[in-house]
Amino acid sequence: MGLVGTRFGGGAGTFRRIDGWTLGTVLVALAASIPIFAVIGLALTPGESVWGHLASTVLPLYIRTTLLLMAGVGLGTLVIGAGTAWLVTMCRFPGRRIFEWALLLPMAIPAYVVAYVYTDLLEYAGPVQGALRASLGWTTKGDYWFPEIRSLGGAIAVMTLAFYPYVYLLSRVAFLEQSVCVFEVSRTLGHGPWRSAFRIALPLARPALVIGLSLVLMETLNDFGTVDYFAVATFTAGIFDVWLNMNSVSGAAQLASVLLLFVLVVVYLERRGRRGRRYHHTSTRYRALPGYPLRGGSAALASLACLAPVVLGFAVPAGVLGRYALTHYADTLEADFLTYTANSLGLSSMAAVITVAVGIFMAYGARLRGGPVVTAATRFASLGYAVPGAVLAIGVVLPTAWLDNTVDAVLDSVFGISTGLLLSGSVFVIIIGYVVRFLALSFGTIEASLSKVTASMDGAARTLGAGPAATLRRVHLPVMRGSVLTAAILVFVDCMKELPMTVILRPFDFHTLATFVHQYASDELLAESSLAALTIVASGILPVVLLSRTIGRSRPGHTGAPDGAGATP
Amino acid sequence: MRKPAVVVLAAVVGLSILPSPAGAEGGHVNLYSYRQPFLMKPLLDAFTRKTGIKVNMVYAKTGMLERLKAEGRNSPADAVLTADIGRLTDLVRAGLVQPVASAVLRANIPARYRHPDGLWFGLTTRARVIYADKTRVKPGEVSTYEDLADPRFKGRVCTRSGKHAYNISLLASFIAAKGEKAAEAWARALQSNLARRPQGNDRAQVRAIMEGECDVALGNSYYMGKMATNDKKPEQKAWAAAVTIIFPNQPRAGRPGGDALGRGTHVNLSGGAVTKSAKNRDNAIRLLEFLSGDFAQRIYAEQNFEYPVKSGVPLHPLVASWGTFKADTVHLTEVAKYRTAAAKIMDRVAFDH
Repeated sequence: MGLVGTRFGGGAGTFRRIDGWTLGTVLVALAASIPIFAVIGLALTPGESVWGHLASTVLPLYIRTTLLLMAGVGLGTLVIGAGTAWLVTMCRFPGRRIFEWALLLPMAIPAYVVAYVYTDLLEYAGPVQGALRASLGWTTKGDYWFPEIRSLGGAIAVMTLAFYPYVYLLSRVAFLEQSVCVFEVSRTLGHGPWRSAFRIALPLARPALVIGLSLVLMETLNDFGTVDYFAVATFTAGIFDVWLNMNSVSGAAQLASVLLLFVLVVVYLERRGRRGRRYHHTSTRYRALPGYPLRGGSAALASLACLAPVVLGFAVPAGVLGRYALTHYADTLEADFLTYTANSLGLSSMAAVITVAVGIFMAYGARLRGGPVVTAATRFASLGYAVPGAVLAIGVVLPTAWLDNTVDAVLDSVFGISTGLLLSGSVFVIIIGYVVRFLALSFGTIEASLSKVTASMDGAARTLGAGPAATLRRVHLPVMRGSVLTAAILVFVDCMKELPMTVILRPFDFHTLATFVHQYASDELLAESSLAALTIVASGILPVVLLSRTIGRSRPGHTGAPDGAGATP
Repeated sequence: MRKPAVVVLAAVVGLSILPSPAGAEGGHVNLYSYRQPFLMKPLLDAFTRKTGIKVNMVYAKTGMLERLKAEGRNSPADAVLTADIGRLTDLVRAGLVQPVASAVLRANIPARYRHPDGLWFGLTTRARVIYADKTRVKPGEVSTYEDLADPRFKGRVCTRSGKHAYNISLLASFIAAKGEKAAEAWARALQSNLARRPQGNDRAQVRAIMEGECDVALGNSYYMGKMATNDKKPEQKAWAAAVTIIFPNQPRAGRPGGDALGRGTHVNLSGGAVTKSAKNRDNAIRLLEFLSGDFAQRIYAEQNFEYPVKSGVPLHPLVASWGTFKADTVHLTEVAKYRTAAAKIMDRVAFDH
């Protein structure tokens, strides 16, 4: 790793030297891409083509529904996520200190659980419509109109509530990292809070917003639980239909590959759109942010705007689960919750540590040696997030089982020892799966953070004799501490909720909280699954609160107490 | 950060050792299951008590076939349990199961509920019945699947997704009986009779009838038993009380058994197979033999309200009270053959949209 970088020394027109960082970054990225390659390989295996049938029937519907879903969820999470982040970071209104962390809480509840809960409440036979009928004298469906929860609109609402915290989190970090100078300039120019937000803060936060949004959209694309439950015909629902009902795993892999291609194109277009722009600033004045005080009606509106997503995305689902857990806890009490919780916590923390380490390495390697090969390899490796979990699980099973069988065959023929399957069906494969699936979370978060560190910092460190590794350790990591922890907690919470991969990859008689929820929830037995679901939520709350505190302190030259207006550099 | 990481690593390594299938006294058998563990647990516990053979299990609704295939000859799985015929025939087609010649299995399971070469064995059957509201549907108003597509049921029919395995299988049986064209016409007409977009599971359809959203629904027979006896959720008893169960397409005057209308009610089966890679083949066969024997078949009947495949095993009294019925006699491998065609029809008629 000690070779001198080419970025600062390589002359134009010469081939870049392949050094340790380039090679290492590309190799790590390729290794993390193996399951994605396996899915693409599966797509290329011959089989009866399903495209003719799909194109003439449901494909246009899949595409239309998926685009509408993405547009709806993207817009919803952007407005709620960035809006509330702006409010709690830049404005002063009642409850702000609580909302800072409470706005993250919906992240602890899996989207499919939110979907179950709202269906339970809002369907025709549920308590809300039942109460309306009873009190207003309606008797049949024809007497009134009520929005159908199991619909595209319902899916957009549920996913917006479940996913907006990604945008909130990343945009809040970005707003906190912005220098007070730019706002002072903005105020000098006569801009109020609104214009400052739209003219200064949002454009400056673009890399973070884009990454938050792309995480949301990839999560939207890979979701099967919610769209299946709501019978919304998305592309992903189509993948499973082709796989399970038309019995064509290669057809399913083909659809998944098309999905990947689509994501690649969108990512590329966005990158091209901001090519050549830089989003860091050179000021070092990080005095506490001004904090526009809000009064009266606007303060109440701000409070309400922050309260609504917390209530709808967290309080209501958690409340319903809690009520069921109280009445039905005895049904599942014999279950070994302690072990399931230990399994969930162990796997998730392990995966979080590895995923973040890989993410830091790849993001820093990409920064150091930003050539097209390195950039392409790292981008490709974080695509796993857009693939439906069950499909990606097959992508993990194929190479690991192949490796196991090859090792077994070689050892058997040379030494007469049969090793059987070493990796397949072990918890290590689950961890591999998590790393591949959630690499986008850590890579994206850390990349966004790195993009705001000006290159002159690298230059200064290197001038002082520090190599790239030392620069990372002594300059970047301390600066990015908040983002690294953010990445770790994002991955951790997502692993706690992860279902489809764990189900397929796990060893015999191995349960996590999520798989335990699944065996009941898959048969719509919400009550029986409530206790485990609530445990997932509870395990997610602590890290989320911790996360919020860390972010609050992450503002450079700032030691917490964001209300302390007197802090000076 | 460093210390917790080490602790976590140790914990995970510890975990990875724990669940490794330990050989109990009577050995063990490893299952890949498409059926939920809580359904199978009483049966498997009884098996272990009786034989000393420990049962290890992984449950997933998807991907087990692909995992088995990738693991190849080293796969730890000895047997696969499934909840419908489609998965069983998929396993055969992928060449992942091996023939079993067992006199016990042959004696316990009628020929139409097992593979001719012993590649899979049915363990229980369930009927796809029609639930009808007790007051809003007149006696005799509906007696066939074909009736549900009749214009008089416009806006009165509920069902779960057309893409669910149970509905795909029903439509496939329709293709086997009357051909693809007639099946498509039926699916189209049924779709236009729906009271609401297909949604929820089979229980949810009965609830919808009770709530007045629709008058008739398609559903599997055992759900009725589970709802009618649900002491933990008494509200489900009210759902069940609102409907009667109708076994469609029974032969009667003017509709002989040979006629397509009298072909019998569509049944699907849950079953099991022994994998090609089975290391504990004998234990796997013993498990299947146990599951098809009197003791286990009784548990299936009493706790899950399913129909035992073994003749002479008593039904749950509630299930018995629904009366006997003629099941569609077409061999289920024939039905499984038309699954893809059925799935495509559901797309063409836009059943779910």
